[in-house]
Amino acid sequence: MVKQLFIIITLVFLVIMLLPLMTEVKPFEDLSLVSQKYVNAGPDELGSQNLVTAVVVTYRGLDTLGEVAVLFIATAGIGFFLRKKAVEEKDMKSKASVLVRTGTALLLPLILLLGVYIFLHGHLTPGGGFQGGVVIASGILLLMLAQSDIKINISLLYWIESLSGAFYVIIGILGLALAGGFLDNRFLPLGDFGRLFSAGAIPIIYSLIGLKVGAELVGILNNMQRSQ
Amino acid sequence: MITLFIVVLGIIMIMAALMAIYQKNLLSAIVASGVISLLASVIYILLAAPDVAMTEAAIGSGLTTIVFLYTLNKINKIKAKK
Repeated sequence: MVKQLFIIITLVFLVIMLLPLMTEVKPFEDLSLVSQKYVNAGPDELGSQNLVTAVVVTYRGLDTLGEVAVLFIATAGIGFFLRKKAVEEKDMKSKASVLVRTGTALLLPLILLLGVYIFLHGHLTPGGGFQGGVVIASGILLLMLAQSDIKINISLLYWIESLSGAFYVIIGILGLALAGGFLDNRFLPLGDFGRLFSAGAIPIIYSLIGLKVGAELVGILNNMQRSQ
Repeated sequence: MITLFIVVLGIIMIMAALMAIYQKNLLSAIVASGVISLLASVIYILLAAPDVAMTEAAIGSGLTTIVFLYTLNKINKIKAKK
């Protein structure tokens, strides 16, 4: 009874605190100063057709590096906790249905191609490294579901992951040394606006992020599948 | 028109969220939580944020659901052994 009373009092307080947010706040009509700077100067400065990518990879590149680091730590944690009891299961050999196997054989190359397309064209169309990496990981997941006895080459995964992470930081430092600052993309030529080879180092950085995210997520799924 | 569509999607999302909490069958609860992410990504597209929509659809409704399903499968196997 007392507990419920507390809950009700807390809810009433929350309503009183949040009610002004509903009634008084007006939607923003203008962009803030920072957004105005990005929108006006972004396409000319960085040569990226998709402005979201320009902000994520270059203007806010350090945040993206942090995100990638967080994902790496999460993967390492999952691997640490799940690998302790990893047992080779015999009953994993149960075969998937014909539909799943045939569908996988048909769809897997297309899914991988879509993932690579998404992160290679991150500076032109919506999407980028994270989305492309997840699409690749979901393709590999389909493969794992269709052939449950498949062995993923884990050391190759770790090599891809650590090499792309290292090159990401190296490109960031190159930007610091040759251009305006850490993760600046302008140490490579900007090229023609809207072409595949444009926007300086953004496609390279996003491809590295895509490979890294894909490898990490495949590692997580592999750990989930094999752990007991 | 778009506002109406978003309101309808939001109502369905709230219903799916309640279902994910109160549903006794865990499989249905997992699917309901995947539906929330899928509808959220549709709303992001309507609000002209395709980058966020792609992330939400791929991670929220794809990968997270699969990880939950794997875990549920493991739990059921362990229960069946005991």
